[in-house]
Amino acid sequence: MRVTQIGEDALLFVFTPAGANTVDELIQQNLWQLSAWLEARRETLGLVEIVPGMGNLLLRSGLETPLNTLQELVLSYWPDIQSENMEPRHVEIPVHYGEEFGPDLEAVAAHCGISTHTLIELHADTHYRVYCLGFQPGFAYLSGLDPRLHIPRRDTPRINVPAGSVAIGGAQTAVYPFASPGGWHLIGRTDTPLFNPASVQATLLRPGDIVRFVPSGEPT
Amino acid sequence: MIEVIRCGPLSTVQDLGRFGHRHLGVAQSGALDPIAVQQGNLLLGNEANAAVLEISVGPLQLQFHQSCRIVLMGVDFDSVLTSEGDSNREQTVQAGHPVEVSAGMLLHLRKPAIAGARAYLIVSGGIDVPLVLGSRSTDLAAGFGGLHGRPLQAGDSLSIGRFCKPPQHRPYGVRSLAPSHVLRALPGPDYEAFTPQAHQQFWMQPWRISHQSNRMGLRLNGSPLSLQGPLSLLSAGVLPGDVQVPSNGLPIVLANDAQTIGGYPRIATVIQADLWQLAHMPPLTSVYFQAVTHSVALAAREKQKHYFTRLQDSLARAT
Repeated sequence: MRVTQIGEDALLFVFTPAGANTVDELIQQNLWQLSAWLEARRETLGLVEIVPGMGNLLLRSGLETPLNTLQELVLSYWPDIQSENMEPRHVEIPVHYGEEFGPDLEAVAAHCGISTHTLIELHADTHYRVYCLGFQPGFAYLSGLDPRLHIPRRDTPRINVPAGSVAIGGAQTAVYPFASPGGWHLIGRTDTPLFNPASVQATLLRPGDIVRFVPSGEPT
Repeated sequence: MIEVIRCGPLSTVQDLGRFGHRHLGVAQSGALDPIAVQQGNLLLGNEANAAVLEISVGPLQLQFHQSCRIVLMGVDFDSVLTSEGDSNREQTVQAGHPVEVSAGMLLHLRKPAIAGARAYLIVSGGIDVPLVLGSRSTDLAAGFGGLHGRPLQAGDSLSIGRFCKPPQHRPYGVRSLAPSHVLRALPGPDYEAFTPQAHQQFWMQPWRISHQSNRMGLRLNGSPLSLQGPLSLLSAGVLPGDVQVPSNGLPIVLANDAQTIGGYPRIATVIQADLWQLAHMPPLTSVYFQAVTHSVALAAREKQKHYFTRLQDSLARAT
């Protein structure tokens, strides 16, 4: 594990080996537990932000607890984490694949050398795991995309990816909660809101959730 | 109530920011110049975190439908107050000096003294918009907070919060800070992955602010920075002040609206005491980075805190 300081009040803990470009699910599970443990101590420790990433954790402190104390705390807790087999939540997201909702569906299928029907089957037939949230409010980094669907990002990013777009880029798939520019391939769209700041739980998805995409009718 | 009569493209409601929600992907938002916001709020007797208007581009014309006290902070705009039906009697509004406004008066911010620098309008009682996830700031990318999650438009109405302090009569003002265009910074988590030449370039060369800069980040132009070799980074939490270097080698200083997770190498992090300057660095101006130690960063932070304590004390004595 490596720890680096960011600015005067933050620490970045990296739990993956140097140069790794994938994250072992066990590491990520321990990370969810570490985050929950710190979340419960947020006020006592004066933590401002507790941000799990892909195999890493960013802590922003209000400096009430010195950074080296925080570092020791995390380093001493980490080896003791027992990945409790907590029953994950299951979330289904209805997706309308193809047509104007997924303008890249055919191009992706062609690139992968499969039919659009097979592409939809492979994409919808997987249990994805939410590794972390970020980029946009409620945007989930999902693991588990079938390797047959891996595809390099578009040469030219789109200026506007509509909200609700379901996309594939590199070895990942995701849903865009909000319209934004984006370089991923759009294969479908969902109506399901992923973020509602007025609700107690602002995001539909949480780290550790299991997500399935369900082919459905046209979004309204 | 304040009515928006005319409005440039980017005036937003902001407070000191939305904290504690980055793990949900929610950006910090908030005024780019928190010093100006706190100065103005303290001058008027508001809570330090009361919501204000951040004005990036003029013009902005407002009509007040109730009396209140206001102060402009940040860059000096060419600003005047006029009474309805009596546009000949103009009262100039200078940054840092509170003025009394009566119901019916019009405030007209024409253009900033430095194009691209930001001004803040602070109103006694604060701008009253609902708290969303603990803040009144506008999240422009996700469209929530502030006034309907978007910049102000002509025709909008802004409520003013209840103000309980007795009126103060002693005239006093406070000076807006002038940016030095030097951003003190600490080495970032990927500093060692850059070449020695890149280190030198980063600290030595003047960086020109690009036109593509906004509240998400300041993009910089100069000679590009190289990595020692290919670097594969897994996405990790990023913070305002982080200096990311994408594959074109040109740094981006992340600002308040920056996304919460990123995957580009980070060469440095601007110390928090200097981040307010990002509000006042228009395109084509130059900026330098100055390497400092952790203890300098902490001392600068303390100094800033101390400044506000002193300001509060002297204002308390003045009333």
